[in-house]
Amino acid sequence: MQLVLEKRAERSGTIALVSPLIAVGLTIVTMVILFAILGKNPLLALHAYFIAPLTDGYSLQEIAVKATPLVMIAIGLSLCYLANAWNIGAEGQFLIGAVAGSWIAVRTQGTDAGAWVLPAMLVLAAAAGALYALIPAICKVKFGASEILTSLMLVYVADLFLDYLVRGPWRDPHGFNFPTTAEFDPVATVPLLIEGGRLHLGAIIALLVVAAAAILLGRTIKGFEIRVVGAAPRAARFGGFKADHLVILTFAVSGALAGLAGIIEVAGPVGHLQPGISPGYGFTAIIVAFLGRLNPLGILVAGLFLALTFIGGEQAQIAMKIPLDVTKVFQGILLFYVLACDSLILYRFRLVFPNRQVARGTR
Amino acid sequence: MELVEAIILSVLAASTPLLLAATGELVTERSGVLNLGVEGMMIVGAACGFAGAWLTGSIFVGALFGILAGTMMSLIFALMALGLAVNQVATGLALTILGVGLSGLVGAGFVGERITPAAHLSIPGLTDIPLVGRVLFGEDAFVYFSIALVVAVWWFLYRTRAGLILRACGDNHVSAHALGYPVLRIRTFAVMFGGACAGLAGAYLPLAYTPFFIPGMTAGRGWIALALVVFSSWRPGRLVVGAYLFGAVTILQLHAQGWGVGIPSQFMSALPYLATVIVLVLLSRARSGGSTAPAALGTVFVPDR
Repeated sequence: MQLVLEKRAERSGTIALVSPLIAVGLTIVTMVILFAILGKNPLLALHAYFIAPLTDGYSLQEIAVKATPLVMIAIGLSLCYLANAWNIGAEGQFLIGAVAGSWIAVRTQGTDAGAWVLPAMLVLAAAAGALYALIPAICKVKFGASEILTSLMLVYVADLFLDYLVRGPWRDPHGFNFPTTAEFDPVATVPLLIEGGRLHLGAIIALLVVAAAAILLGRTIKGFEIRVVGAAPRAARFGGFKADHLVILTFAVSGALAGLAGIIEVAGPVGHLQPGISPGYGFTAIIVAFLGRLNPLGILVAGLFLALTFIGGEQAQIAMKIPLDVTKVFQGILLFYVLACDSLILYRFRLVFPNRQVARGTR
Repeated sequence: MELVEAIILSVLAASTPLLLAATGELVTERSGVLNLGVEGMMIVGAACGFAGAWLTGSIFVGALFGILAGTMMSLIFALMALGLAVNQVATGLALTILGVGLSGLVGAGFVGERITPAAHLSIPGLTDIPLVGRVLFGEDAFVYFSIALVVAVWWFLYRTRAGLILRACGDNHVSAHALGYPVLRIRTFAVMFGGACAGLAGAYLPLAYTPFFIPGMTAGRGWIALALVVFSSWRPGRLVVGAYLFGAVTILQLHAQGWGVGIPSQFMSALPYLATVIVLVLLSRARSGGSTAPAALGTVFVPDR
């Protein structure tokens, strides 16, 4: 008796719908085991992770604040992945966007520059992120170099460049030698939505990005092209769609969104440029994109869920001394289960009995 | 002269983890499987390897722990990518994300601890020969093992029947399956070999390179190893050249920082990563006539029954 995988005649709609839920369920079961191994009460830990952050206003705002960059980056990545272009360097594009936008903030610091500063920062950050993403895209299209490896290498380069700036030319002279720029002026800061709260304008921008992506994918020819090139490359070629153009386009768009997310994070919740502005948003966004099934609305929900794990992880660390790395393990396991469950949309398991097959063959 | 010898020694040391991880990945890719999780397998190997050595006081046990950890990680990959026919790129990324988290969890208790690093070979007379003595006869066991491993892999791939079958799986899994070879089983072994090598490569870092563990100490070496496999055109011989070249770039930028060349250290640190991008571009360009990659690399295979 043997368990084998075989292709379904057609994709299963039911499993497509419930697979993210099954994946989340399986992840939670695995986490219970992990908490038990770590010697923590699993029920209390789960409560700290998933329930406690939902019960107070501050944490709810903080979830939206964390979800903002995740959703923006993941929307861009989903376009790439739909078109079968593998941008995994969003973290680098996020950092370069943050650096480019901060350049205006640093240069206008202490001057009487007006309300144009923030919009200019946002535009420059998006442009810089897009240009940075175009490096691997062009290397891929022109020279056939693996975009996976080049986009990832550029993450390290961006990280080092940011480090150089805040330790060198941009360091705050009154910052006690800490590697950080001075706090941005009010005109260079993303406005808050609630006075005295944490929620900022970025959340609205993220929602607009989700809506724009939903319209692009559902209502336009370009969106159709993206989906066809990824799902059926041969058919797309016969249809006259140029896969190369879409690699360039989707990389540029995802780079722009990652760059925008970067400057919003710096000019919003952080308030200045410093190393470590991202707890791995660019990589977590990959999980968000897949958990959201590469669908804009799904990504919005998935982004909020993963933001919850960041906040829950922090609270569990404070309340129960659970290491922060547990959050990363959780996110990794979640991605595995999501991918595994997605596989069952196209395939199913069947038990085969080899002996009987042999008997039939000899008859 | 002393300086030249010191530089060659440090280049060999810096190249060894790249060579080990890339050799394993080369075998995996030759069987048609693209495992992008090398970085994740390495970092878990580093954490478990250090844990093993610290707990038992034995570098050898530490190395075994690293190998075992890398193999376990690769089995998760095999289960997903081969057993469940999941996209290999996505699975590899997931493996790296999981590995970074797991290594932090395992290694957290060992940060700040030190061990005695792996001993270097010492043969009276030979090791003392000026210039070449320490380079040839004064390395740690990992360095010699990595070279022996590449030779063994070359011999296996090109001189044995099993190696021929493994390459056949990588070039045309449908034909290999039709001939009756168990494609998925062969690929599982290839993936496990890749995991074992990556785990050992990771363990080398805290066991021999620096005698302590820090989170994220692989610093992208797993990704550079992946690039090296492309650089080598999937051939073991060129892999050695590539690994030592990259080791040399890493060491030279470190020395340049020490010599106080007027370039900020961050720019020098970025060199190995930039070099990887440039090499990938140049090589891919030179090969525009036809790809040397295994033809079935990264494609899903579900056997018909």
